[in-house]
Amino acid sequence: MTLITTGAIEGRSEESAGHLDRRDFLRVSALAGGGVLLGAYTVDAAAAAVPGAPGQLAESALNVFVRITPDDLVTIVSKNPEIGQGIKTSLPMVVAEELDADWDRVRVEQAPLDTEKYSRQSVGGSTGTPTNYDLMRRMGAAARRMLIEAAAEMWGVPAAELRTEPGAVVHRSLGRRATYGELAERAAAVAPPDLESVPLKDPSRFRIMGTSVGNVDTPAIVTGRKLFGVDVTLPGMKYAVFEKCPVFGGHVAGANLDEVRREAGVTDAFVVEGGDDLGGLLSGVAVVAESWWQAERARRKLRVQWEEGAHAGDSSAGFRARAAELWQREPETVERPDGDAPGALAAAAAVVEADYEYPFIAHACLEPMNCTAHYRGGRLEMWAPSQAPERGRGMVAATLGIPEDAIAVNITRSGGGFGRRVYVDYMVEAAAIAMRVDGPVKLLWSREDDIRHCFYRPAGYHRLKGGLDSAGNVVAWQNHFVTFGEPDNTAWSAGLSATEFPSRFVANYELGTSHIPFNVPTGVLRAPRSNGVAFVVQSFIDELAHAAGRDPLDVRLDMLAAYTGGDGAMDAARMRAVLESVAERSGWGRTSRPRGRGRGIAFHFSHRGYFAEVVDASVSRDGAVEVEQVWVVGDIGSLIINPSGAEQQVQGAVLDGIGQALGQQVTIERGRARQSNFHDFPLLRMAQAPVAVDTHFIESDVAPTGLGEPALPPVVPALLNAVFAATGKRIRSLPLSEHDLSWA
Amino acid sequence: MAVSFRVNGKPTTLDVEGEMPLLWVLRDALDLKGTKFGCGIGQCSACLVHVGGQPQRACQTPVSSIEGADVTTIEGLSPDGGHPLQRAWAEVDVPQCGYCQAGQIMEAAALLRHTPNPSDEDIDRAMNSHICRCATYLRIREAIHRAAAIAAQD
Repeated sequence: MTLITTGAIEGRSEESAGHLDRRDFLRVSALAGGGVLLGAYTVDAAAAAVPGAPGQLAESALNVFVRITPDDLVTIVSKNPEIGQGIKTSLPMVVAEELDADWDRVRVEQAPLDTEKYSRQSVGGSTGTPTNYDLMRRMGAAARRMLIEAAAEMWGVPAAELRTEPGAVVHRSLGRRATYGELAERAAAVAPPDLESVPLKDPSRFRIMGTSVGNVDTPAIVTGRKLFGVDVTLPGMKYAVFEKCPVFGGHVAGANLDEVRREAGVTDAFVVEGGDDLGGLLSGVAVVAESWWQAERARRKLRVQWEEGAHAGDSSAGFRARAAELWQREPETVERPDGDAPGALAAAAAVVEADYEYPFIAHACLEPMNCTAHYRGGRLEMWAPSQAPERGRGMVAATLGIPEDAIAVNITRSGGGFGRRVYVDYMVEAAAIAMRVDGPVKLLWSREDDIRHCFYRPAGYHRLKGGLDSAGNVVAWQNHFVTFGEPDNTAWSAGLSATEFPSRFVANYELGTSHIPFNVPTGVLRAPRSNGVAFVVQSFIDELAHAAGRDPLDVRLDMLAAYTGGDGAMDAARMRAVLESVAERSGWGRTSRPRGRGRGIAFHFSHRGYFAEVVDASVSRDGAVEVEQVWVVGDIGSLIINPSGAEQQVQGAVLDGIGQALGQQVTIERGRARQSNFHDFPLLRMAQAPVAVDTHFIESDVAPTGLGEPALPPVVPALLNAVFAATGKRIRSLPLSEHDLSWA
Repeated sequence: MAVSFRVNGKPTTLDVEGEMPLLWVLRDALDLKGTKFGCGIGQCSACLVHVGGQPQRACQTPVSSIEGADVTTIEGLSPDGGHPLQRAWAEVDVPQCGYCQAGQIMEAAALLRHTPNPSDEDIDRAMNSHICRCATYLRIREAIHRAAAIAAQD
């Protein structure tokens, strides 16, 4: 759901967050014109016929993604991890569409990690759809061609005379019909067509894509079948917990291992040596037992002496104070894509100044981090709920010295991802523990481990100055952004691009940046960077609009019309269209509201998606916030592959953002996270959910893009702007639970 | 200690420590993985099951306390996945990641038993102890209403 270009993460540069990873781009380009992939994804003769398991039919493989049995069951392989974003349903729909399959006879199978066979298998950055859409179409179309060729050969007719209907090849004038199951064995022997030139369906003939298809795993989910990483069970399996230093990256100096080993059910307790990279294997104590509960209970007896390191005095309060100090100085770097912001501010008719801040937050996937591993004879097999299994394998190999080709990774369904499972710390921990255990072992984190050892959405501090001319137009924008890391090495997910809106939409724009050195693991969280910066930018635009006495919608439309040219991914016309549409659908500006009730509007471009949102919120006299309704208009390209799944992602992202704004923060104290579980890191609950999230998509003339993330960022400022409209209180720091919103 | 109870109608006797939470007895001793671990402190209700027909958080239920009781988990809600809630969940396409849904469905089943035609307020009140990290709440509301309608037709 978040950025996951492997290279970008390792390089700590996230410039590609909204763009295709270069490797994907090459692959897509090759498909589109280079012919590089001819022959790729096909199966050799030996693999084309797959013998059935006892009692099952033999399968014919038409390529690595499509297998068919004589009873017309089509198995489509889903190569990317499923974390709740719906990719296991939507990409097989794309294959089935071009294959002209009968969706009721389609079964979806999760692929294990094998990037040689399937190409990249990471998910994040809302990249799953845009990087695979074309490939999946061609794989389905190629398999359909092979079935047609098989029928032509069988009937002795030219292939051009044949058509397909769902699940069958037909010759209309001869009145002949053969099902895919009848043709599969013969089709598997047909030479695969050129993937580059294989004909694709005209979109007007799509009959699966564009219709609402239910999550393919729902029957298993609602009956409690094993699906998730945490559900993996192997004969003789043991269970492990892993205690790390509460101060990030601290080392074990000593522990009462003998005492812990005597606890009921405990089979072993040992120290795992770790390094200093907060993203890698960290020092800790493993407790292994016959059941997870016994391991976790024995852990309460564990007494570890920690070397906490140099950052045990760090705190959120200290970071905030440091940001205020840095604001008194010149920024470390200044980027000035447009005009002369200081000059324009000096000449402005009115200047608005404000400081904005957002906290660290955790992903809190409901399925805690876990991984099952079995090490024997120099080989390692893993079962991992991961967004980046290839990265996990690489880190295990590099850290533990097991060759990559001796590591097999099974990809399980993940109980949420949100960017957390891009990080593979729990995989390398499980592998390190497995090397010390006889037989398979499942490492499972407690919720406390999860909240205290996250890769947090980094906090950020923005000092803003905005200038208005006498007509109330925004003519200058200056931001001194204080973030974390070093001047030449910004922390993960803590950067801000100088091309981020409103760059290029204000005549005089300047971004200054300064850094606070720190020791907190940070990372991508659903709509990384955007989830913080949209709050700041879209709230401050609201401040400027009110300072100018203008409608916040009008100010936004005028800004979008003021495009100054230059680089940048955001297309102003597409954004204007969604903004105008959401204003129309929500009836923006048509009714006045009593005190305590208000509407806010905001937009944001991220992950190739254009979203504008309106929130209607009420604030009671004693300051309780209730979100009444949300309107969302998005543009993610020419086609919504699965409208039901798309609406889910929008609702989920919007409610996620509301939950973040209402109450979520991780506070650093004494070098560690203060929060630990859902009592002090509250996730949104049903009674806090709005009555409705009105969701509408505008179809535009580009290939479909992803939807895991881009609906989230605008809802946070839209809510805070609604709170301002309701109460007159401008909220410049999150979460709302830290503010007194009461009014008399 | 030996503890005897029925799980999904099946008599079960186990030799386990009495303080072991029912959640871990179900998941690790009986290999019934539908009941989920989310927080361990009774905050998320991913582990909700029925004990004697009443909704109960399995992570807060020592196994010693269910001696002789009838326990129903998601695996035993219906013989074939055909409970009105299971059908409604599929029709409305509720799950995203799906991890919390067993607990949600078990809570909703208890709600419908005593309130066959619940209002939105009834639903919010009954379901508010549950966390869905994907925030499928709007569809859960819709699916509970749908299940009530399905049950009324059956």
